[in-house]
Amino acid sequence: MKISKDEVEKIAHLARLEIHESKKEKMAEQLSHILQYIDKLKDVDVEGVKLSSGAAFMNNVLRNDELEVSPGPLVTLANAPQRDEDFYIVPRVVK
Amino acid sequence: MEYHELTIAAAGKLLADHQISSVDLTKALLDRIEKYDEKIGAYITLDKDMALKQAEKADQDIAGNNISLLTGIPIALKDLLCTKGLKTTCASQILDNFIPQYDASVVSKLKENGAVIIGKTNLDEFAMGSSTENSSYKITTNPWNRDYVPGGSSGGSAAAVAAQLCCAALGSDTGGSIRQPASHCGVVGIKPTYGRVSRFGLVSYASSLDQIGPITKDVKDAAILLNVISGNDKKDSTSAKKDVPDFNLAFSQFEKQSLKGMTAGIPKEYLSVDGIDPEVEKVFNTAKRVFKDLGVEIKEISLPHTDYVVAAYYIIAPCEASSNLARFDGVKYGFRAPSSDDLIDMYKKTKSKGFGPEVQRRILIGTYALSAGYYDAYYGRASQVRTLIMEDFSKAFETCDFILSPVAPAPAFKIGANVDDPLTMYLTDIFTLSANMAGIPGISVPAGFSSKGLPIGIQMMADRFDEMSLFRAGYGFEKTIRTGQKFPSL
Repeated sequence: MKISKDEVEKIAHLARLEIHESKKEKMAEQLSHILQYIDKLKDVDVEGVKLSSGAAFMNNVLRNDELEVSPGPLVTLANAPQRDEDFYIVPRVVK
Repeated sequence: MEYHELTIAAAGKLLADHQISSVDLTKALLDRIEKYDEKIGAYITLDKDMALKQAEKADQDIAGNNISLLTGIPIALKDLLCTKGLKTTCASQILDNFIPQYDASVVSKLKENGAVIIGKTNLDEFAMGSSTENSSYKITTNPWNRDYVPGGSSGGSAAAVAAQLCCAALGSDTGGSIRQPASHCGVVGIKPTYGRVSRFGLVSYASSLDQIGPITKDVKDAAILLNVISGNDKKDSTSAKKDVPDFNLAFSQFEKQSLKGMTAGIPKEYLSVDGIDPEVEKVFNTAKRVFKDLGVEIKEISLPHTDYVVAAYYIIAPCEASSNLARFDGVKYGFRAPSSDDLIDMYKKTKSKGFGPEVQRRILIGTYALSAGYYDAYYGRASQVRTLIMEDFSKAFETCDFILSPVAPAPAFKIGANVDDPLTMYLTDIFTLSANMAGIPGISVPAGFSSKGLPIGIQMMADRFDEMSLFRAGYGFEKTIRTGQKFPSL
């Protein structure tokens, strides 16, 4: 699979990344190179093979619905880059 | 014996016998860090006062006979394990000012057992890399030869243990990030079974592959440390509800018994992997002979999907990464870039300035592979191939106790040699990725040196939850092999 400069731009937008114009070409090249290698997965016969989502035990982990002390907003928001008391501040979302 | 030369087991005995104090041991290591870490670059963050306070407390505990195997032992932590009140950066600018409000479960366990947290070690940013060159802070050098990389991503932890700047360390392993740097630095590293150790408080890279494990001076120390950090944790629903055997106690048994009765499998596909360095091959063949002499039956086995491991891994890991790293958006924690008054613009500027190139590359691959129209062709197919890889291993372990292989196809490379060629770097992970894909444990044990004096390890992998076989075989091997100098002179 070959990735174009335009596609890099599109994927970057989906990932909320901004790739500098001067680096798009090289990124397209590197991604194409990697995806071309990954194309070899097409050679594997996966007919009827189940998807694996990992090596964890596949059972539900349940617990009793009991109240526990919450750390509270001062702790939760301690690392916020911008805050007002117990609110995060972000650029305006609603016009 | 000097303070810095002590293993966990040796230091623990001296502490318990009141022959040394934890404060003196910790001070000696902090002095050594002061003296040598400018050259090695193993640590990102040190908090001497906090470490010495923990050491004082440990000495009080020992005086009151309240002692565990780790009481007073200085341990270094890879800087993606959350430490309450101590900066945790993941070697990324995006977490440059991040101070966790809680301890990772492994850190709580170390503290409950009286260990001293001596510092936070360097890594490839968010554990993405095999050389620790992707750190946004510093280059870590290989203590055996400073022109070479220490491996990665737990390169800081491995270098700190090899340079004897701590008693032992914790790393994390998503595709070889404990075992490969351990091999390159001439120390022991074990990636436990998926689910053996709680991942709570480990900053996630690829959640179905990540596992925390010890990097130590010898096999016994790895067992002592693994015993402490293992076990079910209600804060990590993927941690296994399985009894943890007393690995450490088993060593007295290992002393008495030979390795007779054990069977080692050697995958025929591994021998035909392109680009195995002749020096790695030589060390591997010597290791094979050592095991044979110890009474281990060596047999050829087959892992038919070996050729597809790297490709499947480099879809699954970036897909999980692109999802996990979405949380770093400049709102809840970490760095926020100045931007126009637009939310999307703020996200984009924050992520682009906060993440380094390799992290951005993997986020892009993952985003692409998970995007509409491509999901089945990439993530779906890679997950099916993963099933086949797991089945290969299940079959293999019907006929052998452990699988013997090299750790990396070549010894450590020169700093800067591969930075511009991501795919070549990915391909060097061929022998280590499988254990993460299959969820099985793997250990790297020092086995020899290259002609340039760089360490080369060997890897053993066992069936799920059978770390015991790795300790037994690893310890038997370690006792027998003569590699020469154990630690570099700095």
